[in-house]
Amino acid sequence: MNRQAQAAVLFLLGAGLLHAGFTDLYLRYVKAGLRPMLLASGVVLIAAAVATVWYEWRATRAQPDADNHAEDHADAHARSGADAHARSGVDAHARSGADAHARSGADAHARSDADAHARSGADAHAQSGAEDHDPAHTHHEPRVSWLLVLPLLALILVAPPALGSYSALRAGTALQQPYGYGHLPAEGPLRLSLVDYAGRAVYDHGRSLEGRQIKVTGFVALDHSGAPYLVRMALNCCAADAQPVKIGLTGRIPPVLQPDAWLEVTGTYTARRTKDPVNHGPIPYFQVTAAKPVPTPHDPYDETWNN
Amino acid sequence: MAVTKAAPRESVPDTPAARAPEGPRRLNSPLALTLLLVLMVVAQGSIRRVLSAPVMQSWMTVFVAVVVQALPFLVLGVLLSAAIAVFVPPSFFARALPKRPALAVPVAGMAGAVLPGCECASVPVAGALVRRGVTPAAALAFLLSAPAINPIVLTATAVAFPNNPEMVLARLVASLLVACAMGWLWQRLGRADWLRPPARAAYDGQSKGAAFWGSVRHDVMHAGGFLVVGAMAAATLKAVVPEEWLRMAAGNPVVSVLALAVLAVLLSICSEADAFVAASLSQFSLTARLAFLVVGPMVDLKLFAMQAGTFGRGFALRFAPATFVLAITGAVLTGTVLL
Repeated sequence: MNRQAQAAVLFLLGAGLLHAGFTDLYLRYVKAGLRPMLLASGVVLIAAAVATVWYEWRATRAQPDADNHAEDHADAHARSGADAHARSGVDAHARSGADAHARSGADAHARSDADAHARSGADAHAQSGAEDHDPAHTHHEPRVSWLLVLPLLALILVAPPALGSYSALRAGTALQQPYGYGHLPAEGPLRLSLVDYAGRAVYDHGRSLEGRQIKVTGFVALDHSGAPYLVRMALNCCAADAQPVKIGLTGRIPPVLQPDAWLEVTGTYTARRTKDPVNHGPIPYFQVTAAKPVPTPHDPYDETWNN
Repeated sequence: MAVTKAAPRESVPDTPAARAPEGPRRLNSPLALTLLLVLMVVAQGSIRRVLSAPVMQSWMTVFVAVVVQALPFLVLGVLLSAAIAVFVPPSFFARALPKRPALAVPVAGMAGAVLPGCECASVPVAGALVRRGVTPAAALAFLLSAPAINPIVLTATAVAFPNNPEMVLARLVASLLVACAMGWLWQRLGRADWLRPPARAAYDGQSKGAAFWGSVRHDVMHAGGFLVVGAMAAATLKAVVPEEWLRMAAGNPVVSVLALAVLAVLLSICSEADAFVAASLSQFSLTARLAFLVVGPMVDLKLFAMQAGTFGRGFALRFAPATFVLAITGAVLTGTVLL
């Protein structure tokens, strides 16, 4: 990949991060707190792309009125690309004190890799600016750099959705004992987060929930026997370590449930419980009286665990 | 893995006869990139259909999540390491270290803690240190500790393990321990002729700005590429490999430590990003994940290639296996005490 292509990838990567950061897209993958860093790094990547293009452009413009040495090289390139390559190659390598630069196999590669890396610390080619920027002598970054195109395409073209029922059923419920229970309003229907309801139901034995009307939001997951769960994924750091918290649904469940559909269920606490077949974690049940579909929330994950 | 695979092709341009085809190849990469992007945009409908299976969706979500979460830390580290490489003269470090090698080793190891940079940056810096007369044992201690225990990496580790702050301390202690042990080991057993002293000047003839942005661009492209490899592996482990397999590997303490140590070597993830991959391996014990975090910044495929290039293959062949064994030992010992 040469410098123009690298600049393009850097620019697109930066633009992708900015796009994700300025919309709610980033909330599908990371926590809300990462947003400032995400935007800043997007700006830096774009700046790096612009700087790369600018220094390339300046180097090509400076080429004609460079000193004799550079003219020599430019001349040689004009005459025969292959010949000049050999010359400047030997030149640079000889100066670096390294003989036999194409010994074979791993060593030769290691050398060329080190050459490429040397740019970050110490670069033989950099000893002559003109030579370094000679377009025919451009460093090619290793092929692994091409892989950077993949997250770019995934983010901009596909924008994969937040983790849903597939991941939720593969992993066991991650319900943990809460450190404490917040005070609940004494009147009216309770609007609880799914994790809060599950924590109170299992570890507080529903003491604060008895006899109250409760509203909980989450997405639907159906296990292999078709039993419905309402799930919210909880994040530690990013979607890569998201873990589900599940509650079982019982009572007046809607006849047709679509996996991954978001629901707001209204109902009451029930003491019924089951064990998650994956990790034997506790899953409380919820007695449904009504359910209505809701749009995917602004932040699809539960981040209350560790903020 | 990509490193070893690319080896024969990378070395081709070194022979004069094979240089001729490089002209057209130069034109190819922007062209190929444009074609690829245009193709993807045109075919996005069918691509989305293919990718709509739940397995693929959750694979991609985890993949993008690891990349998006790690990129800001990577960029921050790359910026600081470029600033140090360009604006701090290497002679500064030589003057700052004690003259006695046995003492210089731990000091250099600690110095890694205040000099941010990922492993891609620490190899050239260590080479520069040796060239400026720093005793090799100390330079090697710095080489091993700097990518693992600098503030950015430790912050990233704290962000990745919000419920286990002891992980940060364990990473610091284990990495420092292994770095110093390797330094002292080299001082006792190392022979000067194993080490091919690197002889290069830093950024002569380039303006500071050009050198700075050149370093940023280069490091992002390299480390970013390896980060993508790591993210793909993490996504595969998370979304495709059956939970039972992972739980079986994770259930055996010996297997789990070895498996993650080998994984760290193969993945070659940048140390600024590896904590997020480690965090996603939630089935494994904290000690096994600590081994992943200690081994990764010290020994991996990419580092091996870089060390062989900077210090010679004879050096890398002796240094990397010894570091691997010591790193696992150090991680297990620290994990037993702290985690």
